[in-house]
Amino acid sequence: MSEAPTTARAQILNGIRRSLRRGEISGEQRQAALARLARPPLGPTVARAQLAQPEKVALFCQWAETNNATVARVAAPDVAAEVVSFLARNNLPARAAMAPSPLLADYDWAAQKMLSLRRGRGEGGDQVSITGAFAGIAETGTLVMASGPDHPVTLNLLPDTHIVVIRESDIVGGYEDVWRRLRERYGKDHMPRTINTITGPSRTGEIEQAMELGAHGPRRMHIVVVRG
Amino acid sequence: MESTARDFNDNVDHALADPNLQDSLSKLKVGFSERRRQAAERLPEFEALRDRARDIKNHALANLDFYLEEFERKVLALGGHVHWAPTAADARRIIGELCQSAGARTVAKSKSMVAEEIALNEHLEALGIAPIETDLGEYIIQLRHEPPSHIIAPAVHLTKDQVADTFLEHHARLGFTRRLTERNDLVAEARQVLRQKFLDADVGLTGANFLVAETGSSMLVTNEGNADLSNTLPRMHIVLASIEKVIPTLEDAAVLLRVLARSATGQESSAYTTLNTGPKREGDLDGPEHYHVVILDNGRSAVLGTEMQEILRCIRCGACMNHCPVYGAIGGHAYGWVYPGPLGAVLTPQLIGVEEAGNLPNASTFCGRCESVCPVRIPLPKLMRHWREREFERHLTPTAVRQGLALWSFVARRPRLYRRLTSLANRVLALFGRAEGRYRALPLASGWTRFRDLPAPPAGGTFHTQWKKRRT
Amino acid sequence: MSKSPSGSIPRPRRVALFVTCLVDLFRPSVGFAAVKLLEEAGCTVEVPPLQVCCGQPAYNSGDRATTRAIAAQVIEAFEGYEAVVAPSGSCGGMLSHHYPSLFDDDPAMKTRAENLAGRSYELMAFLVDVLGVKKVAARYDGTVTYHDSCSGLRELGVKAQPRRLLATVEGLSVSEMKTPEVCCGFGGTFCVKYPEISNAMVGEKSADISASGAGTLLAGDLGCLMNMAGKLQREGSAVRVRHVAEVLAGMGDLPPIGEPG
Repeated sequence: MSEAPTTARAQILNGIRRSLRRGEISGEQRQAALARLARPPLGPTVARAQLAQPEKVALFCQWAETNNATVARVAAPDVAAEVVSFLARNNLPARAAMAPSPLLADYDWAAQKMLSLRRGRGEGGDQVSITGAFAGIAETGTLVMASGPDHPVTLNLLPDTHIVVIRESDIVGGYEDVWRRLRERYGKDHMPRTINTITGPSRTGEIEQAMELGAHGPRRMHIVVVRG
Repeated sequence: MESTARDFNDNVDHALADPNLQDSLSKLKVGFSERRRQAAERLPEFEALRDRARDIKNHALANLDFYLEEFERKVLALGGHVHWAPTAADARRIIGELCQSAGARTVAKSKSMVAEEIALNEHLEALGIAPIETDLGEYIIQLRHEPPSHIIAPAVHLTKDQVADTFLEHHARLGFTRRLTERNDLVAEARQVLRQKFLDADVGLTGANFLVAETGSSMLVTNEGNADLSNTLPRMHIVLASIEKVIPTLEDAAVLLRVLARSATGQESSAYTTLNTGPKREGDLDGPEHYHVVILDNGRSAVLGTEMQEILRCIRCGACMNHCPVYGAIGGHAYGWVYPGPLGAVLTPQLIGVEEAGNLPNASTFCGRCESVCPVRIPLPKLMRHWREREFERHLTPTAVRQGLALWSFVARRPRLYRRLTSLANRVLALFGRAEGRYRALPLASGWTRFRDLPAPPAGGTFHTQWKKRRT
Repeated sequence: MSKSPSGSIPRPRRVALFVTCLVDLFRPSVGFAAVKLLEEAGCTVEVPPLQVCCGQPAYNSGDRATTRAIAAQVIEAFEGYEAVVAPSGSCGGMLSHHYPSLFDDDPAMKTRAENLAGRSYELMAFLVDVLGVKKVAARYDGTVTYHDSCSGLRELGVKAQPRRLLATVEGLSVSEMKTPEVCCGFGGTFCVKYPEISNAMVGEKSADISASGAGTLLAGDLGCLMNMAGKLQREGSAVRVRHVAEVLAGMGDLPPIGEPG
């Protein structure tokens, strides 16, 4: 591929060291950097990311709506019905691509006879997708999607309408809480291939700085928050 | 990208005479700054976060080699590849070869200023590979064969009507023959046209807002979702990032994300923030099979350890240009290269030479508004002044300025002579300006009087003359 | 931003006036207004005779050697005064924020520069933040609008102080511009090096001034004032332009900047 990759690498790294007037970092400086990677220090505490759980959920819903998502808060037995009802309210077909995810397994989809589901990745022509969220961030009303065999990334991006199901207990305060959960689930230093954090529908301000929804990703986002 | 920074003054004339540009700029000046102000006010911790953001970037720069190596180690462990590009030419060659190895005919590109910096599109086209810009703004200017005029809103210089004309011209052959008048229709049409291109692309190329050393992840922030499609649908994902994009940890990213969107667009959060870590995994239903990161230096490592180092903290939010009255008057194209505004005034001379871009750091009133909003507190006026000092040292300052300065300094260093000359000037200006109180034209002051009157001093002498009289 | 807490002063202070070159040459009344305000606040004011310019033309043109020579001259001229006060945020900022960094390689001069920096003030900030002045005895009939000059605002935090004092001027009311904090396009040598850009900036400023409906424009820096006055007059505007110190010192009956006496 490249003719002399090691040389280019050395050239850049040595250039950095020359400019900083030192060799490779060593001693205390190296220990400090390694320690920072091993135990990442937190930034300033953001008060609104530190609320009690019920307030967190409320704040999450509030920001999600501010960011042009719609939110429904229902009990677990009503999730599938809420999805069908949402589709009907918006004159959308009762047909969706769904993540083959354990996060969605507990809901009674079979009871919704009208709803036709295809489990798999997203395709260019999909109108509606249904996915589960790894977490929600109260601070900004942001959903966190972790990719994997049970959660294809394309479902987050290709359909016109994206329906996301999230449990109240998965709503956390800020980004830092998400990182903690990721480390617990996947191990320190190991990330799912893709983390999509999504705040409302796709949008663009490219034309005269006026925000328009539905640039490349979903035009519409509906969040079903599951009580309990 | 070809620079026209040398022609700054001609560029300015064109910009000031362009009514469409002036119309667009009048919207920009109010919109961005007001939204940023509101966003900052909504977050009580905003100033503390700015301090922390500055410290994080300083720490990353002081340990840059270490964190780059850590990042590389993590990417390799996950089956990704890292390529080191000391120069723009190296980066072009590497990316060209990668695209060829993937048998690529089209490349879906997500907005990347570094790709503009290395003139990637021209290189790919020469190889017979079609780069397709997918960020709506970049797409519009690609159709128009224009360079970006803003780092986060590349088409901010255009009006809706200009976009409508451009789409009609280029989309008619795709069956879109109606001239659109509404913004949402324009967005919808671009979505339709670009969707197929995403699905067809062989390679997705994105920049990176941050490279996270802790996890080997590249982090991308967008509103449209185009970057996500670019890095998900094609078989190969290439990340092009410059060396200073690396930060230590995810916690550091959280701090930087909190100041980035608020400073840029005044949003609490951009719609999409995506972390990509390596290629598609076992069992994944989608994602790229090949994942490459190209790390570009292009003169940046030489900035470390110099008085200009602080510019490497920049996280490319665009707040400095959004708040710059000079940018607001002339727009981005006048700066003549990839990076406009105060950021460009400092970075462009570094990357393409101060001989070429010498005007840029001079075209500032040092009003300080850029520094006052910079999320990582870069002292932009101070860095511009450093450039002026280098220009002066290297005799690049225009002769007329140098001579005027030499004369002035000769006098200013001799208080008694200075007092006599100012007293004389004061009397002459007062005498001939007596009737009108001001001058509409004055020899040697045409730079001033071309556009404004020059107030004449009232009769009675300079302050010092009068003070002396009053005290004796 | 002030260097000492507000409060009344125990004794008259010996204050040196940094006149500034533009005030000296174009508008001496600003200097006398400053003297009057300082004396009324209990200071004794002196004007060191060997002062010239703060050095900004050289500093902003990249001529560091000349800047240092001039700064050394200013440091010398203002040695020994309790406070150095300038009726300008730009010159005041030069003394208090930029001089020390000129002497990074000269510890003795750096100490002296830091000493001067520590006792240098912009007039409005000195009156309100240091001397604790709460009101002035002046009358000015009409509506004014106030432009926040950049260095005063962003380097020295001058924003509320002039407005607080203006609020005590009898007969005066303030009508704010939409963007009083946006640069007027003066920028020292900038306005003659890039006259077209400067003109675009001051054109926008004059539109904002006019839209405020005020009959008088005030600011704390003569350079900005001359720039805005010159533009307003070229456009045929009837807005009168004065330095804020003149109005606060009860000298609002003088001919405005650029008007015949």
